[in-house]
Order: sequence, then structure tokens, then C-alpha cells
Amino acid sequence: MAAISLQTETMAEEVKLFGTWASVFSRRIEVALKLKGVQFEYIEENLSNKSPALLKYNPVHKKIPVLVHNGKPVAESLVILEYIDETWKHNPILPTDPYEKAMARFWAKYIDDKLLPAAIKVAMSKGEEQKGVIEEIQKQLKTLESELKEKKFFGGESLGFVDIAANTIVWLVVAQEALGMEILTEEKFPVLHGWYQRLVDDAVFKECMPPREQHLSFVKVRFGSSTPSK
Amino acid sequence: MASGAMQEEQVKLLGIWVSPFVKRVEWALKFKGVEYEYVEEDLINKSSLLLTSNPVHQKVPVLLHNGNPIVESLVIIEYIDENWKQNPMLPQDPHERAKARFWANFIEQKITEATRTALLTEGEQQEKAVKELKEAMEVLEGEAAAKLNDKTLFFGGKNGLGYVDIVLGWICNWVEVIEEVGGFKVLDPQKQPHIHKWMANFVEVPLIKPTLLPKEKMVVYFQMVRQAVLGLAAKK
Repeated sequence: MAAISLQTETMAEEVKLFGTWASVFSRRIEVALKLKGVQFEYIEENLSNKSPALLKYNPVHKKIPVLVHNGKPVAESLVILEYIDETWKHNPILPTDPYEKAMARFWAKYIDDKLLPAAIKVAMSKGEEQKGVIEEIQKQLKTLESELKEKKFFGGESLGFVDIAANTIVWLVVAQEALGMEILTEEKFPVLHGWYQRLVDDAVFKECMPPREQHLSFVKVRFGSSTPSK
Repeated sequence: MASGAMQEEQVKLLGIWVSPFVKRVEWALKFKGVEYEYVEEDLINKSSLLLTSNPVHQKVPVLLHNGNPIVESLVIIEYIDENWKQNPMLPQDPHERAKARFWANFIEQKITEATRTALLTEGEQQEKAVKELKEAMEVLEGEAAAKLNDKTLFFGGKNGLGYVDIVLGWICNWVEVIEEVGGFKVLDPQKQPHIHKWMANFVEVPLIKPTLLPKEKMVVYFQMVRQAVLGLAAKK
């Protein structure tokens, strides 16, 4: 019996994460794995020279993140988060109640379908167009703020599925600093700003953030021009 | 033991007859054998119930379960699966569930989106969407070829219909119609033999068959939509 249990333990969990250091998506997976205390091997991909492993594990999209658990791949960040929650059941990131779970999925989808594309657009646009997108994002942030209300996190007392998906807002804040925009301010969004501070101060979350200076440079190089807009 | 019958389950679905997103939810409810009340909404004069149930998007479908609203068709379908445990739509195994969700996302992002764009645009924009749609169908055909055979007719596997089938099912009724309205062709039985076989089997499923819509009526509707959107675009 001892020999068998030893074998199961050494067979253990082989968990690999293919990602890139500045990807909002792969950082979500790091947060979830760390919240669950799951040991994993991280592989930094070079997206202009994708590894044969990545192409094998995600042949349809050829994108990161991909989680490989005991040789089986899972792709798409929100799908991976659900997989992680269903596989390692302690420290749940999704609620157990079906209705609460549906609400969490709705808000994560809202972030990915609305906020994220707008955040990319705002970084790529200039002048009047950029002003329009900023207004759009601010409306979305107001909507998220009204969902947050008095809660410490979207997930309640601790980080949950929506908070992890809302790491998008951290990327937005980096973009606003790097490119000289004013989108999420404490004055305009006191409630959301409070949440943001708690998120970036969270012990696990902050371990998974890209180093700030590098992240700022990355955004400036990728999206920047010399003139910041007001 | 208190059974479901003791508790009054009030299930209401707000929808419009011609929406593939609404249809999916209906299929999910029927698959589970859940009794529900269907309410046909007027999207030009949205009801206060619709507006209060879905303030963020103001769209259908909306599922109201004992007064609690759930929106977004894929979110609703997963809710239905988790709340009513008979006839599971998603597999039990986490990795199999992840694969089913992956394919549902693929269908939404690549096939549904591209079809919508092809309906609502013309010229270069439409050509691009049609090209994307063809490529996506090729990928889907590959998956169908790998998963389906004479014994396994559906993506749900040995148990018959599953989540992916219910998410994909709209293509049986809607793609042909939108092709006609938009003036393009993507469906090709030669290039997509497995998808075509799957479609032929899907429309014969007893719970699906009576729900299929009359094509002529759909063509009229989508022609109106296309003209309205192109008209607006021309004014800009």
C-alpha cells in the first residue's frame, strides 16, 4: 500500500503554464494557481517564435495561456480558471450557488467582451476617437462599480473569479500612466479605486503582477507616441 | 423527501422568435424537461421587465428563475445545467468540461460573430467575415471528423446531445438564411461532410424538430435587419 501511495505522490501533479510576462490572460492563471497553492512550471513563450509545444497544445488558436495538467492541455483563460477551480477544490474562486456562479460568469464575460476590447482600442487611438473610447470605458467602469457596491472584492471577502478577470483594470491603469490618459481616477471612481488598491496590495495578486517599470516601458513602446492626450 | 414538485419553480424565458441565442436556451430547457413560460418581447418597445432584468445589455434571452434574472445564452445554459441535475449537458470530468467550453467559445467567437458580421456588412468587410467564417468551419469540420462517427452522432458523445451541440445547433436553421440574405456561400457538403451529417442528425432529434423555424419568414426578417443596418452605415 505504501508503495502505491508513494507512486501516486511522485506521479503527482505535473502542471505547466505557457504564458508571456505582460499578458493579462496568462497572469490570471498564475493568480489562480497561487491562490490554490498549486505548484507549476512556468514557460515564457516568445510569440514571434512559438514553441512546438505551444503549437501542439493549442493548435486551434496557437495562443497563450495554455495550462497543461498531466499532459492534457486547457486553453482560454476563463475556461482555464474554471478548470482550476473544479480540479483543486480548496480555496474556491467561484461561488457554489448556481445563481451566484452565473452572476460571476456574467461579469467576467462583461469584462472580456466589453472592457478589454475598449482598453486595447483606447491605447491604439488618438485625439477625438480616443476621447470617445475613454468615455465608453468610464461608463463600463461605472457599471462595474455599481456591481461591486460595498464589497471588499467582487468575490466577497477574498479574491474571486471576477476579481481575477478584472486584472484587466490593472493593465488599464498601467496604460493610462504610460500613455498619459486619465480614465480611472480616485475622484471619479472612489469605490472602484478602493477595490483597485486592495487588489494590488493582495499578497498573492501582487506577486503575479508584471514588474511595473518594465510594464510601463512595454506599453509605451507598443502603443505610445510622443504626445499624451488630455 | 421534499421533491422539486413541492417547490414552486417559476421559470420564465424572455425572447424573440428569431433569435438563435434564445433558441439555444429553449433547447437547453427542453433537454432538461424544465417547464417554462415563454414571453415574446418587442425589441422596439422593450418591456419594463426586460429592462429591469437585463439593465446592462437590455437584450434577450433573459431567463427568470423564481424572479432572479440570468442573461447571456452560454451563462444561462450553464446555469440550467447546474441547477437541474438530470440529463447533464456538460460532462463530469473537468478536462472534458474544459474542452466543451473551449469549443463553445470557439463557436461564439469565430462562427457566430463572423456570421453576424457577414449579415450586417458588404464589400470588403463582408468578404473578410466570410473568409473567417469559412476558415472557422474548416476547423470545426476537423473537430467533427475527429469526434463523430456512425456510433457517436453528436459532440455530447455516447449520451447523445450535449452542451456543444446545443450551442452549435443554431447553424442548422440560421446559416442558410443568412447566406441567402447576405449573398454569400459558406456551407458546402463536399468540404464539410461531417458538419453536414451532424446537422442532418441534429434536426431530427425529437425535441429539436418541432422548434425549427420557417425559412421564408426568417429571410424576410433578416433582410429587413440587413437593409436597416446597411442604410445606417451609408448615412455615416
